[in-house]
Amino acid sequence: MSPDVARTPLHAFHLRHGGRMVPFAGYAMPVQYPAGLLKEHLHTRSGAGLFDVSHMGQIRLTPRSGDVDDAARALETLLPIDVLGLTPGRQRYGLLLDASGGIRDDLMVAHCGDSLFLVVNAANKVADEAYLRAHLSDVCTVTVLARALVALQGPGAEAALARLAPEVVGMRFMDVRMLGLVGASAFVTRSGYTGEDGFEISVPEDRAEALAEALLADTTVLPIGLGARDSLRLEAGLCLHGNDIDPGTDPVEAGLSWAIPKVRRRGGARAGGFPGAARILDALESGPARRRVGLRPEGPTPVRAGAPLFADETGDAIGQVTSGGFGPSLQAPIAMGYLPAALGAPGTRVFAEVRGKRLPLVVSGLPFVPAGFKRA
Amino acid sequence: MRKFTDEHEWLDCAGDVATVGITTHAAEQLGDLVFIELPKVGAKLTKGEAAAVVESVKAASDVYAPVSGEVTEVNDAAVADPSSVGADPQGAGWLYRIRLDDPASLDGLMDEAAYADFAK
Repeated sequence: MSPDVARTPLHAFHLRHGGRMVPFAGYAMPVQYPAGLLKEHLHTRSGAGLFDVSHMGQIRLTPRSGDVDDAARALETLLPIDVLGLTPGRQRYGLLLDASGGIRDDLMVAHCGDSLFLVVNAANKVADEAYLRAHLSDVCTVTVLARALVALQGPGAEAALARLAPEVVGMRFMDVRMLGLVGASAFVTRSGYTGEDGFEISVPEDRAEALAEALLADTTVLPIGLGARDSLRLEAGLCLHGNDIDPGTDPVEAGLSWAIPKVRRRGGARAGGFPGAARILDALESGPARRRVGLRPEGPTPVRAGAPLFADETGDAIGQVTSGGFGPSLQAPIAMGYLPAALGAPGTRVFAEVRGKRLPLVVSGLPFVPAGFKRA
Repeated sequence: MRKFTDEHEWLDCAGDVATVGITTHAAEQLGDLVFIELPKVGAKLTKGEAAAVVESVKAASDVYAPVSGEVTEVNDAAVADPSSVGADPQGAGWLYRIRLDDPASLDGLMDEAAYADFAK
């Protein structure tokens, strides 16, 4: 692995537990551990999985005025979500848009009382930081936090984390808390990217090992690599930026309109006012020309990212697969991709070209596997 | 005698027919296999062309024909249960059998010791 590949604070932990390290977004990351991708995936759906997501960007926005509403108003000029309506101790999913309404990145925004806390994708974090500084520095201090981030995901996550911090039992989906964990001040959100209930836990870099080992001491917890992280998020119908969403896709065609609340739409109290607003608000009313759909191949052959999609066995390409592989929970191949809106209804039969053959797929609702979030 | 290729395949030759599979090293690198596509019986393969496909959850990998010849048999059990290839890649997880156009085409291949060194 090239020497300019960075290491996360859990690098030694990964090696000690047999992680097979691969370069990803500039970091050496474990693609899998000795249990293997299939077992790791299924274990996360039945027990609890521990993921190192320290490669992701953690950014704090501190209002210069001391009033978090000022930071919220400023951030709302960059994304189409309701940041002002976010209450202390709550988190929301959001999208950074460019001037044409394309998706620069997707991220989480948490309200920490005196500041906003963002978690952004690893591959975009340098660009995001520069972009946030350029647009928000008048109003906020933009700080990239040197902290580790681990995710604990699965139906066993609550019990495993509660052994270390009993108060997490009281958290619901998208709640945010500052907690004492392994002698450190931890920033905990009840969220994740697997479709399961779970937590993301931000701790100082020098406490990451202690936290990971303390969680792993629970026999229901296994370390999980990036391979299973990808198959879990695909089964959950969640977008991977750079694959399923990018500057060439907008939130409406990506099926992420749910992330744009009424207050930012036409007729809302703070309608528009974000990059690409005219195009996005039009698309919300008229519907998109194409849409992201779930796809279930009829046969056993996995259909992967990049495969062109066709309406029939002879015509020209009408779309493309953006993520695809095998869903271990379904024991069948699954994929996501973009199709013209007219062909986007569940049950529609289309074709994908794999190794020169056109294979039938059926448009499917998303997610493929129901989410296990603790909403109540 | 068992021979190995630098594409991480093995061949067992009996007369002019060779059994072909992927090595234990290759299977470990690929991870859990979830789909296998094998050539058709009767297919004429040219050395170096994609003869089979093995797919893990993450990726599809071609298995190249290590020699030229005609496919005489395929391992249907491997297609039915791709995990059997990962479990025993150099035994029950064989992929297909091929009648060699030229039995001398095995001559340049590695023996077990040479391959073990190569795969390090």
